[in-house]
Formats: sequence, C-alpha cells, structure tokens
Amino acid sequence: MSTIPDTKDSAEASVEQTVGWLSRMLLIRRFEERAEQLTLRGKIPGGVHPAVGQEATAVGVASVLTTADTVSAPHRGHHHALAKGMSPDRLMAELFGKATGVSGGRGGSMHLADFEIGFIGSNGIVGASVGVALGDAFAAHYRHEQRVAVAFFGDGGVNTGRTWEAVNLASAWKLPLVVVCENNLYAVETPTAEVTGGGSIVRRAEGFGVAAVSVDGQDVGEVREAASAAKKRALAGEGPTFIEARTYRYSGHGSGEGPGAYRTVDEIEQWRSSRDPIMRLRAALAKAGQITDDEYARLETEADREVDEAVRFAEESPWPDE
Amino acid sequence: MAELTYRDAVAAAIAQEMERDESVVFIGEDVGAAGGVFKATVGLLEKFGPTRVLDTPISEQAILGVAMGAAMTGMRPIAEIMFSDFFAVSWDLVANEIAKTRYMTNGQVTLPLVIRSGNGGGSRFGAQHSQSVENWAMAIPGLKVVAPSTPRDVMGLFAAAVRDPDPVLFFEHKSLYSLKGEVEDGEILDELGKAATRREGKDVTIVALAAMVPRALAAAEQLASEGVEATVIDLRSLVPLDVSAVAASIASTGHLVTVEENPRLCGWGAELSSIIAEENLFDLDGPIVRVTTPHVPLPAADTLEDAAMPSASRIVEGVRRSLA
Repeated sequence: MSTIPDTKDSAEASVEQTVGWLSRMLLIRRFEERAEQLTLRGKIPGGVHPAVGQEATAVGVASVLTTADTVSAPHRGHHHALAKGMSPDRLMAELFGKATGVSGGRGGSMHLADFEIGFIGSNGIVGASVGVALGDAFAAHYRHEQRVAVAFFGDGGVNTGRTWEAVNLASAWKLPLVVVCENNLYAVETPTAEVTGGGSIVRRAEGFGVAAVSVDGQDVGEVREAASAAKKRALAGEGPTFIEARTYRYSGHGSGEGPGAYRTVDEIEQWRSSRDPIMRLRAALAKAGQITDDEYARLETEADREVDEAVRFAEESPWPDE
Repeated sequence: MAELTYRDAVAAAIAQEMERDESVVFIGEDVGAAGGVFKATVGLLEKFGPTRVLDTPISEQAILGVAMGAAMTGMRPIAEIMFSDFFAVSWDLVANEIAKTRYMTNGQVTLPLVIRSGNGGGSRFGAQHSQSVENWAMAIPGLKVVAPSTPRDVMGLFAAAVRDPDPVLFFEHKSLYSLKGEVEDGEILDELGKAATRREGKDVTIVALAAMVPRALAAAEQLASEGVEATVIDLRSLVPLDVSAVAASIASTGHLVTVEENPRLCGWGAELSSIIAEENLFDLDGPIVRVTTPHVPLPAADTLEDAAMPSASRIVEGVRRSLA
C-alpha cells in the first residue's frame, strides 16, 4: 500500500499528494462499507463503528504527519488507522479476530495499534484517547523529540471531564499535542447540541489557553491546513492546538443500526449529496484539470481491489492460539 | 547500615531509581515543591529539577494519562495518587487502559510504570481517605500489586517495581510512614512475589500485609506467652502472590489465619483461602480464619476506627478459633 507523502512544514501540496488523499479516502470508504457488511454477515464478531463520511478528518490530519508523529484514536478509529498507514490486510484480519491482525486478534475493532507506524492505539472508552496522547506528548517533550502526538476524539467526548483534564495539563506544560474533535453531531444517538452547555466546543478549548479552531471536516484541504498550523505551533514549543472538525457519519453509531430515529434520512442525504468529502475533492481536482473520469474510476477500482485483498487475507489467515 | 523511616525510604527509593535511569520521571499532586502531603518525597525536586519531578494539578486522570502514554513510548514514569481512595477517580485509567494495553496490543508494548499511593487506615481521616484498596487492584488482570511493611522493603520492592516491565501499584501504608527500620547501604533491589517470614512458629501460620504485619507480630508475641507459637508471613505483594510460601508453612503448622485491612467481602485473604482450600486442604487441621475490617466504610472517630480495623487481640482471637 502506498503511503501519503509527508509534508512537514507547509500546507502546500502537489497534485500527486492531493490525488493520494483522494485515493486514501476512497480506500477508507470502501473498507468501512465492506466491514459493516461483513459484520452483518457474521464474519466480524462484535461489530464495528463505521466512519463512512468522516474520511477527510483523518486523511487531512495524517497528511501532515510523519511516522514519528503519533496518533491515538477513539472507538471509531479505522479511518485514523488507515490514514496513518495501517495495512488494510492486517486491520481487516484484526476485525475478523485472526492471528495476523495488528493486535493478533486480542484487540478487535476498538483496540487497534501499530507502533511501527506511530498508531499508538484506538480505545473503547470515550475521552481516553486524549489522555494517552497527552502522555506521549510529554515523552516527546521530555526527550526533545521533534514530533507531535495527535489525539482524535468525538463530540461525545466533549462532555467527559477527562478530556479537559488532558487539554489543561497539555496547555500548562506546553506539550506538543494536537487534539482533534470530530464533531459528527451525535453522541451515539443523542444530539450533542442538546446536551452541551455553552454551545461552542472551540470556546471551551480556548478557556484552557490553547489555540483553537473550527474547520469544515468535509474539506480535506481545510483540515490539513489547520493540522499543519497546529504541528508547526507544537514543534515551535508553543503548546497544544485544539481543532474541531465538523463532520458527519452516514452510518449508524454501530454497524447495522440504520439511520435511527434520532435524525432524518433527509439529513443524511443532504450531507451525502452536498458535502461529501470524496465528491468534493474529486470535483475540485476535476475542475482544475487534475483528474479525469477514467483516472477516478481507476482509483475506485484500486480501492476495491485493496479491500478485496484485505478480506481474502483475513479469511485465509489462521485463528490465534488459545 | 542506616536507620531510616518508611517515609524517608520512599524518597530514597525514588532517588535511587532516578539516579540510575534518565527515563524515570516522577509526577503527582504536591510531590515536588511541597515534598508530598506525607513528606515522603522531600528533596527530590531539589535533587532532580523540575523537568524530572513535576507537580501536577488535581487531575488524577491527566496524571495517569501522562504516565501511561509516556510508558508506552519508552519512559519509566512514577506517578503518585495522593490517597489510594482517589484511585476511584481515575479507575478507568488503571483498570481499562494501563492494565490492558500490553494484552490488547498483542504485546507490542509494555507499560513500565509505577503508581505509588498512600493507603490504609488508622489516621482518623474518615471514609474517603482511609481505605485499603489493594484488593481492588488485585481484581484487575494486568496489574502488579505491592505493599511493603518495612523501610527496607520500601527500598527493595520499589526498585523492583520501577524496573518491572509491567504496571505496578505500590501501596504505601500511611500509618507506617513514621516507622523506623534498618536499611543496608548501597543499591537495594528485591524480586516481586517473594513473601518474607517475619517469625517462625510451629502451631499456626498468620499471613499479613503492610500495616497488618506489625499487628500480626504483636499478636504472635501475645500468643507465645500462652504457649502458642505462630509463624508470621508478610506477603509483600499480592500480584504476584507467593502461594508456595504460604502452602509450605501450612504443611507444617496445619492452621491458616489471614489478617486483612481491606473490607471483608472479596478481600485478598478470600482469594488466598480459596487457593489453599483447593490445593492444600488436607494439610489443614482446622478452619481457615480471616480477620478483616468488617464490610463497612471506615469511621473517623478514634474508638470506632480502632474497633473496625483488625487489632492484635482480634488476631489472637482468630488464631484461637482456628486452633479450637
């Protein structure tokens, strides 16, 4: 699998890089759609939390990271893992519970980790990912390593105290931490706006003295720009940055849950048809004459092939020893 | 050889490990400038500076987040949770994160960290600052659980805890901080999971931990005057648990009494008793007796707290029941 080219200092990107993001987002989309189907067919035990619709947040942030930079992710974390460069084969095998999975079948969908690529773990407890990244940011700071720790979490984690304990300490100690809140509007099935005092997540973060910005999470370029600025700030010793990425999941909270009664099918269709991150990037590239329909079709075919291969790998892999 | 208090042994143990290994850092509330609320970490900030000895806000979840994340990427942090009761505030970090990460990542990383904490009753601090929670920790797979009873053991077991690849909860007993004891010169390093026999006797085996060890010894003294010779075993750690030391002693005495400060239900003595009953039943010549704090929150009043915690006389009474 190709890796996304690193760009350390600048948000400027080449055509090749931009096409690379499109291709990675397509891979995530196809992977997540397939994983949900396989859950329903009983191939993946325990279910998954699909990130269909949220591809740009993960890919935009990962596009400014090197292998030395780390990512810590929440329960909905396949997209972060794939964006950071996790092998789709070993990810799928982990979902199947096979010995060849990234965690040898002992982790499962919510406990992915591959330390060789700087993916230091996804986590089943809401808010926990921020604490783990806080510690890694401390380690980077203590050892004078020029790298950042990124914590993804969701809007559900905005109302748990531990998130802010971590943001506060990172701010007080000026640690190289980037906290990315993927606000997909719903904490499981509860509209976050209805249970969040003060309304603005970014204003909360500002209260802890950290740079805070809200971006369109369906625009990979905008996410990337914010991540690039955050990384620069962290490496300059200016401390953490908080990014709210406004995004949306097309699937239910968990696999097979359908649209649910907490939102309308219309709302989902609105996001899909007018703000889809893949569609938007494709359109932007096409408008600039940087991708043809044929080239895009080839990217789709390649994503399908990679996912087919991942499923085959998972199917054929052995079960873990008991 | 020097005489140290249990409290000074804590600072000396931390210093020994920080001098030896640059990747060891020490974080917690009031641990640096204040020298710890129990004054067990006095001098460390001056000695190692603010990059290695860090005062934190009252944010137990952030403290343990720092320790966990740093341990996962190659450091050996020591974190303090001021009173062990406050583990409840950060139990997710302990039980769901720190304890499980090595397993869940299929061994990609270990978490070489120590969480030290003031544990136990006898200080009249009331129900939220007096608990013995070592049995909470014992119930979570993935943690090691250590509780020293002497200044010397503080040194040796702490060094072992810091050098262990896995997370260790290190319970210091608040009522032992003023206890004095001989500590040999030079580096002290013990092995986790080795019990110590504090007194040899042929009639009964009394097994105790931390502050219950001196009480068990006082009980043994009293029993000796009645002609009953007790062995007193100090477990020193609950995980690993030195079952073989207890089993070997039972094989000769035929009687087991556990002395636990934790509340009765699911205390560590229940686990030990069940192992002995399953594996060594026919070595026993009488019932296993557990002397524990009853299943109540600890009261603040002197008389009430003293009545709740196992005393030498209750231990003596327990031994008599086992021998009856």
